[in-house]
Amino acid sequence: MAAGAVLPLAGVPLAIKDNMCVIGTRTTCASKILGDWVAPYTATAVERLLRAGALPLGKTNLDEFAMGSSCENSALATTHNPWDPTRVPGGSSGGSAAAVAAGEAVIALGSDTGGSIREPAAFCGVVGFKPTYGRVSRYGLIAFASSLDQIGPLSKSVEDAALVYDLMAGKDPCDATTVDRPVEATLGGFPKDLAGLRVGIVRDFALDRLEPDVRAVYEAAYGDLQRLGADLVEVALPTADYGVATYYLIAPAECSSNLARFDGMRYGLRAEGADVLETYERTRAAGFGNEVKRRILIGTHALSSGYYDAYYVRAQKARTLIAADFARAFEACDVIACPAAASPAFEFNAKSDPLAMYLMDYYTIPMSLAGVPSLSVPCGYVTPQGSDKPLPLGLELTAPLFAERLLIGVARAYESGTQHAAHRVPPVLEASAR
Amino acid sequence: MTTVVSSPVQHLEVNGIPFEAVIGIECHVELKTETKMFCGCRNLFGAQPNTNVCPVCLGLPGALPVPNRIAIELLVKAGLAFGAEIPAFSKFDRKNYFYPDMPKNYQISQYDMPLSVGGSVSFWLPDGTKKSVNLTRIHLEEDTGKSIHSGSSDGRIAGSTSSLVDFNRAGVPLMECVSEPDIRSAAEAVAYLEALKRTFVALGVSDVKMEEGSLRCDANVSIRPAGWAALGTKSEIKNMNSFRSVLRAIESELARQADVLSRGGRIVQETRGWDESSGVTIPQRSKEQAHDYRYFPDPDLVPIEFSKDDVRRLRDAAGTLPQARLERLIEVDKLTVAAAHQIVDTAGLADFYEAAARMSGSPQATANFLLGDLARLANDSGVAVAASGATPEALAELVALTASNAINSKTAKDLLVRIWTSGGSPSHIVEAEGLAQVSDLTAIDRLVDEVIAANAQTCADFRAGKNKVMGFLVGQVMKASRGKANPALAEERLRARIEAGSPA
Ligand SMILES: [Zn+2]
Repeated sequence: MAAGAVLPLAGVPLAIKDNMCVIGTRTTCASKILGDWVAPYTATAVERLLRAGALPLGKTNLDEFAMGSSCENSALATTHNPWDPTRVPGGSSGGSAAAVAAGEAVIALGSDTGGSIREPAAFCGVVGFKPTYGRVSRYGLIAFASSLDQIGPLSKSVEDAALVYDLMAGKDPCDATTVDRPVEATLGGFPKDLAGLRVGIVRDFALDRLEPDVRAVYEAAYGDLQRLGADLVEVALPTADYGVATYYLIAPAECSSNLARFDGMRYGLRAEGADVLETYERTRAAGFGNEVKRRILIGTHALSSGYYDAYYVRAQKARTLIAADFARAFEACDVIACPAAASPAFEFNAKSDPLAMYLMDYYTIPMSLAGVPSLSVPCGYVTPQGSDKPLPLGLELTAPLFAERLLIGVARAYESGTQHAAHRVPPVLEASAR
Repeated sequence: MTTVVSSPVQHLEVNGIPFEAVIGIECHVELKTETKMFCGCRNLFGAQPNTNVCPVCLGLPGALPVPNRIAIELLVKAGLAFGAEIPAFSKFDRKNYFYPDMPKNYQISQYDMPLSVGGSVSFWLPDGTKKSVNLTRIHLEEDTGKSIHSGSSDGRIAGSTSSLVDFNRAGVPLMECVSEPDIRSAAEAVAYLEALKRTFVALGVSDVKMEEGSLRCDANVSIRPAGWAALGTKSEIKNMNSFRSVLRAIESELARQADVLSRGGRIVQETRGWDESSGVTIPQRSKEQAHDYRYFPDPDLVPIEFSKDDVRRLRDAAGTLPQARLERLIEVDKLTVAAAHQIVDTAGLADFYEAAARMSGSPQATANFLLGDLARLANDSGVAVAASGATPEALAELVALTASNAINSKTAKDLLVRIWTSGGSPSHIVEAEGLAQVSDLTAIDRLVDEVIAANAQTCADFRAGKNKVMGFLVGQVMKASRGKANPALAEERLRARIEAGSPA
């Protein structure tokens, strides 16, 4: 660093989700299968932040291979929600969300495949931003589902998320899926209010499905948008309802192939067998957790001859329809607002049925399938009965492809026009600080 | 490249009924690029194991492939050389299966949208017959690493105690070229492979060295009653390591199938390995079940698009291709198949030949000089014809001088040696040094009379029926003329004057 030059992230503590490679450090994906594997290179997104002066604090916990919505699928550690340690931080980027919420890191990187940044951000009361697919390089991000994975920031404020995004975004010669198109800076020149903005409220996401207290928070949030000058318009996403089913074919299909490389032959865990085949079987049986195995099985089946057309091909067609729904909706509105999750953070072991867990991503998956940029910004709190701990909720804002500047501007106006975000500290921490 | 096809066309018969061979060939050809298919590692044969590797070609977690544009263009050039269609839109797919020398346990390949579709390969058999074999497709994929097994006596996996993997080859661009089952004999299979090799070498697409593994091929072989449309059950022959083993393996397999059928047996669909030492194909341990490769589009890569302009640019860059040259040499210039192949397969010779033949107007005489005296000079000196002092203009002059009887063949040979080392124009040398052939009757007769006078006994022998001595006498005339006499005329005059019994 040249004398006198000030790097944009000089000295800023950065937490990194442990599915991103940082040279010379152990990278686990919260799985036993990687063993003591040390990454021999650094992910592009991380590299760009380090070059901007960020100080890597360490790696954060996640659901194994980013597969989960609570961090409970980590094979290595348990992460608690700073707002209520009896509850999950969300997932899969739960470690990053909790680290920012607890003030351990100023900014953190997460990865979002079907909501893995936005849902934990909502659960932990921080900002979590998933850019347009292809905006941030995936090079060095250990793949879960390549066509959906996208790295993004988690932070206390929209402004911090914008700063980090601007530094990371853009074409990477090491990732063929990054888009070669100029990046519009999102930081600075924020709008003061939302005057003239058309905010789409999704008819198909009717709030009456939610618990009354949660519903009241979202109704108030929509009211705040209006108060700040926005026009609320009803939009339809008729195929969004098929999002979860579509996602749970495409993502497992890709993961079944992406995770094939973990076989005990070259790195990571190796459970010796009598021959190569048995070594594969033992290694993978011992190294992968149940949720990872479940998805590998689903994905392998979806790609199998005789089932490929019925499952994988149809899921891709559904994905195209969902993306078309968004395109149509954005003819009538500028951004879409909806809940980031149907509930606040739940207690450990509350979602032992995988399907119930999958539905946690109901509001985030359609945006991932469509590739559009989407973020969660704190929008209020609910205190469950019998508890004295308020739990945060997140408002999910979504913009058209590559409209990150618009999205960040709206989120920032909402954040500064309300008092839900950032400045509140989880009561647990307030107590311990006293 | 000389053809190894020497055996006569194999006769196939089952219980007196004539059968025909139906053969399709699948070739894997390593492309000659600087770097690998999806990373910046060098594409180099024979380096120390695991020295040309990186996170991408080792399939490390988080690494991503980025396609090598040059490799894609080389494949498209290869397709265009055979008149294939280059679709505007193509993509990469993942072929999923576990194998220790495949770092990701999937291979990036192309399934249903290959870069090159159709096309046909034309070639000529030694007897002059022209044959065309249609191509199904040519697609691009990445090569795997190489397993080295130790502890077994033969280096094979059976009986080995440990295996090592060299990933230098992992990720090398590999072109798979699939033919239709249009091949009707082992000799045609080899001629087909030679035609592929000739074109790939000319285009700079590949070295095509079977011994280094840059060309690997499998043959799908079946037989059926001659003229039938239905296909017989095929076997897939692997482990053929040279053109010669391709020939022998297919012949052996055809004979085996005919034998099985004539004993009333059935051919089973299977993979058989060619065993060079025993000269037969042997069933390979069949895999537990048929593989389900679970192909799906590789989400790490974006589709490949080719505009009409891209295709035109690549077609224009290719220059004259061996197939087109052979067509001209064999069908227009009427050269023999062997001569045409020799010209086309020697670097730089085809351009030389075509220029010289055009100027001389006598393709066959041009080819004779080129493949006779000039080839010998090239061979002895280790210098290519095109790099010698001889130019196409000089050769054309020489052909013309010989054809018009202006010089005799002895002078022509001497001139070739001179221009090989010092260049120059044969007609200038002939004129300056008075080397023109003497065809003037008076002058010849004077020499003939001198020779007859000096060799009275030999002439008597000739008259007594010893025809062999004529060669000696012609030689004496040539010597007396310092090589310039027209030898045919000299012999004619010798016969006439000896038989006339003139001056004894
Ligand atoms: Zn490499």
